[in-house]
Amino acid sequence: MLIAILLGFIFSLFLVITGKFFKGKFSILAAGVPLALFIYFTQFISRISNGEVITQFHSWIPAFGVNLGFTLDGLSLLFSLMITGIGFLVFVYTSAYLKGHKYLDRFYGYLSMFMAAMLGLVLSDNLISLFVFWELTSITSFFLIGFNNTSRESRKSALIALAITGIGGLSLLVGALFLGSITGTYSIAEMLTMNPEIASNPYYILIVLLIFGAAFTKSAQFPFHFWLPGAMKAPTPVSTYLHSATMVKAGIYLLMRLTPVLGDHEFWNTTLIIVGAVTMVYSAIHTLFRTDLKGVLAYSTISALGILVFLIGQGTVEALTAAAVFVIVHALYKATLFLVTGIIDHQTGTRDTTVLRGLRKVLLPVAIAGFLAALSSAGIPPTIGFIGKELTYESTFHFGNMAILLMGLIVITKILLLYAGFVAGIKPFTGVLPERFENTKMPSFLMWLPPVLLALGCIVFGIFPGLIEGSLVKPMVSSMGLDGKEIHLKLFHGFNIILLLSVITIAAGTVLYFMIEPTKKRENWVAKFEKISPQTVITNSWTNFIKFSNGWTNLFQNGYLRNYVSTIMIFLIALTGYSLFSKANFAVDFNSFSPITVYEAATSVVMLIAIGYTVFTRSRLAAVASMGIIGYAICILFVIYSAPDLAMTQFSIDTLTVILFVLVLYKLPKYLKLSDYKMRIRDGILSLAFGTIITLLILEVLAEPKSSEVSDYYAANAYILAHGKNVVNVILVDFRGSDTMIEISVLAIAAIGVFALLKLRLKKSDQR
Amino acid sequence: MEILLAIMIGVLYAAGIYMILRRSLVKLILGIIILGNGANLLIFLLGRVVKGSPPIIPADSDVFQSVYADPVPQALILTAIVISFGLQSFAIILVKRAYKVVKTDDLDEMNAIDKDS
Repeated sequence: MLIAILLGFIFSLFLVITGKFFKGKFSILAAGVPLALFIYFTQFISRISNGEVITQFHSWIPAFGVNLGFTLDGLSLLFSLMITGIGFLVFVYTSAYLKGHKYLDRFYGYLSMFMAAMLGLVLSDNLISLFVFWELTSITSFFLIGFNNTSRESRKSALIALAITGIGGLSLLVGALFLGSITGTYSIAEMLTMNPEIASNPYYILIVLLIFGAAFTKSAQFPFHFWLPGAMKAPTPVSTYLHSATMVKAGIYLLMRLTPVLGDHEFWNTTLIIVGAVTMVYSAIHTLFRTDLKGVLAYSTISALGILVFLIGQGTVEALTAAAVFVIVHALYKATLFLVTGIIDHQTGTRDTTVLRGLRKVLLPVAIAGFLAALSSAGIPPTIGFIGKELTYESTFHFGNMAILLMGLIVITKILLLYAGFVAGIKPFTGVLPERFENTKMPSFLMWLPPVLLALGCIVFGIFPGLIEGSLVKPMVSSMGLDGKEIHLKLFHGFNIILLLSVITIAAGTVLYFMIEPTKKRENWVAKFEKISPQTVITNSWTNFIKFSNGWTNLFQNGYLRNYVSTIMIFLIALTGYSLFSKANFAVDFNSFSPITVYEAATSVVMLIAIGYTVFTRSRLAAVASMGIIGYAICILFVIYSAPDLAMTQFSIDTLTVILFVLVLYKLPKYLKLSDYKMRIRDGILSLAFGTIITLLILEVLAEPKSSEVSDYYAANAYILAHGKNVVNVILVDFRGSDTMIEISVLAIAAIGVFALLKLRLKKSDQR
Repeated sequence: MEILLAIMIGVLYAAGIYMILRRSLVKLILGIIILGNGANLLIFLLGRVVKGSPPIIPADSDVFQSVYADPVPQALILTAIVISFGLQSFAIILVKRAYKVVKTDDLDEMNAIDKDS
């Protein structure tokens, strides 16, 4: 199973070298990867439907309990089949849709990496590895949404999607760490039995909120939904794959997977029902105002995700069965509608519902696919959509005392979704074909076959629900911790109130479809409310945050060396000064100091004059010369205080520096008076304050006793171990010989740098 | 004497910082050199100073017989002097090169990356 998951990553690496091959005529071969995986996963269907759970374990970081554990049960099997099956169709479709595209190989690389990450996500048993794959899907989807990287809008959408889902990912990580520390394991399978302990933990609410943070951002729940319509900037295969069938379902998957661990708690259920209900109604209403086909589909997808969250929130066997069926239903019809939209866009060059008409005359197979998908989305028999809708109504109808209100909400949503499905799947194909579309050509069969296949699925599974009942739906419900034995999927449930509601939904939706034409006017009208939408609020607060951090950074990182130095100095003076004056006692014992002799006094005076001259002279040469005098004065101090080696080194180095300076200097212009009086005063005060702090610090340190363990060791062993009498030399070349060695290499590097700079010949263009 | 040395170090630090705060590149390098000298003296003084007894073991014995100057700070400073020479020589040549390319010695004017700004 590990190989199956990694195959996508391996293939994308392989594409780096063989990109040219897959870019050209043979691009269809790339679809072999998802096809092979799909076949691989289908062979597990019979074993899983017998109640088997297939697990695999690879140790990764056992010290932290982070392992690559994989579980294939009903839930992950369904998602794996969707990921690879729809993935296969999308790969095939892409080979025609992006035929001859400059970066087709890159696209396949991203797509297969995404597929692998998605497989890893749904198969992971370990919460931490699940998080890793979760983040990988966010990152790969960033590249896919921003695939048209020359478009500003596209880049922006990709960034927003990454930011929103990325924040969710962090939330998931924190939630996983909490769960891990409570249960002592990161394995979901091991957590299954610990539901009561987790639910009674004081952090339960926090954990649930963190997990919700992840699921709601990924599955575009209100108020985080806005990244999804933005992500429609991606090429249509991406929208199909990521934003209808797979990635946005990752949040749904997470909720389903953790239902037995965290569910069956009032907070869990109520929050999910409220958020799901708000999302499904809010975005279903939004579909009324869209004229871009992909916009309609985006909002209806959000609404469908809302329905799923709403159903998971109910948490009953009926509701979870409905959710399981609806995942399949939605994947089939929404992928079809996206692919159909892609074909329309590809062949006619527009996705505007206000102008698209009568395309059935030129794109017949596509029209059939769109029609069937629209029926399924509307829940009209005999499609599988009908079964999904019936189950949804039934479970909501049986849901306690709030049933009437919830029922009202779900019926309204379904009516609006029927409208959306018709607008996307039927409207472009009915009516009179306008002149401008008369020459529309049929696309290659590689493009129209995938949606037709998916649309057939909507019908076939609707007429023969037994095909998915035992093989997929039952094992899926039981892997959510509930008994799925009683589940029977069928088209006709007898005459009852549910059927009546279905009829009302279909009738009302159809009436709505014929009454309301999508118009630009309404779209513009709703655009007025953009100002108070969650998207505007969040993007504004984040633009302001960026402005703030820009200002803050510019305040301190302004590119002027002296400002950095002053800031550092001010803080250093304040902090050291504070602790010096608050803690130190200034018990300076002047008697312990040696008396000042005339040599020292004279040297100090010379040094003082030289320092003053270096600082204040207007002549550069004089400054360098007096700097040399400072060096010599220090040299004399070294002689007085028993450091002959230092004196020699200081003398030679100081001389060399001065010579080098003078050699360079005669080429430079004169000193300019660059700073004004005020700045000099300010800098002078700052420097003097710093100098004073240093002096006080020295006096304070000198009052403390000194430890001389290290020096004593060297002094005692210099001759005995290293046979040298000059202890300083012995330390440098023997005890710390390798340090000196490295020091020499540093000097060598500096020498190379100097040589290179001297020899460097500038091109004419580099000179000013 | 220690008190005098402590004051001298303070003066060296102040002068170094003041030079670093100037806009001229040459002054910047001079400032770094002065600051380096101050740091060397600081290490030297904190290792305690002794007159007339260098850390050299007398010819007629294997170990020190009397008080001796601390060799560790001396070894450290020796390294520091040599390394700072590497830094200084590179910086000086760099200033020369930079001046040749951008024709200015003013740090503020070197801030912009583009030629025409």
